Amino acid sequence: MTQKYPIEPLKIWNEAKQLRGKYYENYLAAHELGGLRWAGGAWSFSAIPAGLGEDVYSITGEPHGATIAFFKDFTAKCHDAVEAAGFPRTLCAYMRNYWGSILLDKYIQADGNVVDEHPVPDFIWQDHICCSHAKWYQVARWLEEKKGKKVPMYCVDVSVGYSMDKPLEDYKINYIVQQLNDGIEWLEKVTGRTYNDKLLCEAVWNEINATKIWAEICTLNQTIPAPLDEKTMYSLYVMGTLMKHRPECVDIYRKLKAEVEDRVRRGIAAVANEKYRVITDTQPPWGFLKIFREMEKYGVVSLGSLYTFGLIGMWKYRPDGTWAPKDLPLEKPQTREEAVKMIVEWTVDRPEWAHFYLPEVKTKMILSIVKQWKVDAVLLHYNRGCEGLSVHIAENRHGLVKAGVPVFPFEGNMGDEREFDFPGTLARLTAFFESMGLKKLKE
Amino acid sequence: MTEEIFQQFRDWIDNRHEYAKEWKERTNKKIIGYLCTYVPEEILYAADMLPVRILGSHEPPTVTEPYIFAMFCHLCRDCLAQGLKGRFNYIDGIVEGQSCLHLRQTFNAWRLHIPTNFAHYIHIPHGIQNPHAIPYLAQELAKFKKTLEDWTGKKITNEGLDKGIKIMNKNRELMRKVHEYRKLDNPKITGIEAMEMVLSSQMVDKQEHSKLLNKLLEELPNRNLNRNPGTRLMIIGSEDDDRVFMKNVEALGATFVIEEHCTGSRYLWDDVVPSEDRLMAIASRYVNRVPCPSKDWPEFTRIQHAVKLAKDFNVQGALVIQNKFCDPHGIEIPPLREALKQVGVQTYPLEFDVTVPWGQFRTRVEAFLETLTGLEELF
Ligand code: SF4
Ligand code: SF4
Repeated sequence: MTQKYPIEPLKIWNEAKQLRGKYYENYLAAHELGGLRWAGGAWSFSAIPAGLGEDVYSITGEPHGATIAFFKDFTAKCHDAVEAAGFPRTLCAYMRNYWGSILLDKYIQADGNVVDEHPVPDFIWQDHICCSHAKWYQVARWLEEKKGKKVPMYCVDVSVGYSMDKPLEDYKINYIVQQLNDGIEWLEKVTGRTYNDKLLCEAVWNEINATKIWAEICTLNQTIPAPLDEKTMYSLYVMGTLMKHRPECVDIYRKLKAEVEDRVRRGIAAVANEKYRVITDTQPPWGFLKIFREMEKYGVVSLGSLYTFGLIGMWKYRPDGTWAPKDLPLEKPQTREEAVKMIVEWTVDRPEWAHFYLPEVKTKMILSIVKQWKVDAVLLHYNRGCEGLSVHIAENRHGLVKAGVPVFPFEGNMGDEREFDFPGTLARLTAFFESMGLKKLKE
Repeated sequence: MTEEIFQQFRDWIDNRHEYAKEWKERTNKKIIGYLCTYVPEEILYAADMLPVRILGSHEPPTVTEPYIFAMFCHLCRDCLAQGLKGRFNYIDGIVEGQSCLHLRQTFNAWRLHIPTNFAHYIHIPHGIQNPHAIPYLAQELAKFKKTLEDWTGKKITNEGLDKGIKIMNKNRELMRKVHEYRKLDNPKITGIEAMEMVLSSQMVDKQEHSKLLNKLLEELPNRNLNRNPGTRLMIIGSEDDDRVFMKNVEALGATFVIEEHCTGSRYLWDDVVPSEDRLMAIASRYVNRVPCPSKDWPEFTRIQHAVKLAKDFNVQGALVIQNKFCDPHGIEIPPLREALKQVGVQTYPLEFDVTVPWGQFRTRVEAFLETLTGLEELF
C-alpha cells in the first residue's frame, strides 16, 4: 500500500549508539585511564561528583538494569542468582538485575557483550525517593563487602514532597542543599581529591541545558506526523539517564533537536501510516519492544509518555495552562553555593517526582500531553517491576477515564519477562485498537 | 485479674470501632486515623484528639482494585478497604507519616475517595542517618501543628505538647516494663498476649491503656502461666497483626519472646527526651527510633537492633516474615538472616499475604521448630 508520510532513519543514530557504548566501556576502563568510577541512580545528583575531575566515570543503575533486561538470557541468570541468595522475586526488577550481575560477577555492555568481573565502584553516590533507591545500593555494597571489597556510600534524601502551584518551602530546599554540601566534603574525604567548583558549575549548567533540550525535543512530537516514535526515543532519552551532566549529552541533544526540527519542516514521520496517536506510561517491558512494531501495523504511533518526557526532561506549566519546557535560570552558576542551590531548585520540579506524591498532578500532566500532543488513547503499563513508577497508577487510570480518554491498561514487568504475557497482551491490544475503529493495514 | 486484663486488650481490639465511637460520644472530641507509626501521636494528644491506627481486617480486599494496583502490599490495600467499607466513618481526619510508597497510596486514595474533613501527610525524612534530618523534621512537625491549629481554630500550647509527650512516654515505658517479663526463662506473658497489648494501645486512649498496664505490672510478678514455654522464638517483619498465626505457632510448643515489627517492640522502644524545644524533642525521637528499613541506610542499624534483641531475649530461632510485595523489608531479608546466623540464631522465612495459609505454614513451622530443638538429629 502507498505510504501516507515519508520516513527516514535518524542521521544521529550511530553517533548516539557509539556514545552509549563508550559510556559502558569507560566505566569498565576507568581505572586503566587513571580515573575514578562511581555507581548510583539515574536521578542522582550526578553533577556533584563531576567536581572531582574530568576523569570520573559513572554507571547509573536503572539504565544498566534495562540493558540487562534487554538481553533475556543474561536477565534470567541474574534473577536466578538473586532468588538463590534469598531475595523475594517481587522486588524492583532493575535492582534484581543489578544485584544479579554482582552475584554472577559479570558485566554486560550496551551491545550485550558479557565480560567477567563486575567492576566495583570506588564509591556509591545515590539519592532516595523510591523505597528501593537507597536500599538497592546498600545491598549492592553489602554484596561487595562479602567479596571483601568495601565501597563507601553516600545517599541524599530527597523525599521532601512535591509542590506544583507554589515553590517548595525553603526548609525543604535547604535540607537537600545541606546534604549535598556535606556530600562534597564526603567525596573529598573518600577519594582524597580536591574538589573543583568550576567543574561543578559546568556540570550543573550542562545538566540544566540537557534536561531542558530533551523537553524541547519531546515538544516537537506534537507535530502530525510525529517525527519520533517512542521506541526510538528510548535509545535517545537514555543519554540523559546516563550522563545528563556531561557536555557530550548537551552536544548530542542539540544535534538531535536540530535534526528533529528539520524532520518536522520536511514532514518526515516516524511511522509511515500514522493515523492513531497513543502514549504509554512507565518503563516498557524491555524484552518485548517489538510490541511497538506490532502497533505500527495498525497505523498507531506511540509518541512517548510522561515517563520518556519527564524522567529526564524538565517542564513547567505556563500561565496559559499549557505544559512546556522549563525556562533556563537567568545565569550560569559561578560559585559552589549557587551551583548546589540551582541544581536542587531545578531538580525538585522534575515531573516524574510529582507522581510519587500526588496522583492528581500526574493525571493532570498526562491530560496535558493528551491535549497538546493530540493523543487518541493512553496505554498504561501496570508495571510489576517498578513500584516507584507504578505507584498511584490505578488513580491515574481513574482520572483519565473520568476525563473521557480511552485507556488500555496492561500488566507487565520492565525487567522480568516471566511477568509479561506478550501474546495475551498483544491480542487484547489489537482488540482494543479494533474497538477504536482501527484495522490492520495491508502489508 | 491478669486474665481479665488480657481479655480487656482483646476486647478493645475486637470492638475497636465501638470503643472509638463511644469515646467520641463521651468526650465530644476528634478522632484521627493514622496509618504508620511514624505519625507523632504526641502532637495529636496535644491537640486533644484521639489517634487510632488504621489496620486491616484480613479479608481479601477486592474493593481496592480500582484504586491500588495489586502489586502493592496487602496491608496498604487492606487498610484502604476498611475506609471504603465505611468502617472508620467516625474518624474526623487522616494523617500519614511518610514510610513507604505503599501506604502513601492508601493515604492518597483515602483523601480522594473517602469523605474526610482533614488529611495531612508528614514528610518524615528517609535519611535518618544524616545530621540534618532532625531539624528538618522539626519544621515538618511545625507545619503539621499549624495545619491542625488552622483546622480546629485552637492553638497547640507547650503545655499541650508536654501532656502529649507524657502520655506517649508513659504508655511506652509501661509496655517496655511488661517486656522485661518476656526475658525470663519461663516468660510471664506469651507472644500473642504481648501482641494484643501493643495492638490495643494503638486503638484506644493511651491514658486508659496505661491504667490497665499499671495494674498488669502489679499482677505480673505473681503470674504463673503453667505452660512449658518450649522454643524461644522471635518474629521479625513489617506490620504484623496476624493473631491467629501467633496463637497457632505458640500452640506448637513455642513462645514468641520478642518481636521486631511496628505492632510490637518497634512501636515502644524509644521515648521522647523532653527539652525546651518540644518539636525538636519529638523530631529527635522519630528520627532516632528503631527505624523502618525504608529509612535505614546506609548502615543497617535495625538489623543490629534485631540482633541485640535476639541476644537480650535469649532467642533460639526467628521467623522472618515478608509481607508479600513489601520492598523495604524484603530487601533486607538476606542481610538480616545472615546477621542473626552469625550470633547463632537460626531463621526461617515466611511470606504473608492478606490471609495466612495456616495448613501449609504449620508443617513448615513444625519442621523449623524440630530443627531448633535438635529432634531431627534423633532420627
Ligand atoms: S522500583 Fe522503580 S523507581 Fe524504584 S528503584 Fe526500582 S526502577 Fe527505580
Ligand atoms: S508492609 Fe512494607 S510495604 Fe507494606 S506498609 Fe509496611 S513497610 Fe510498607
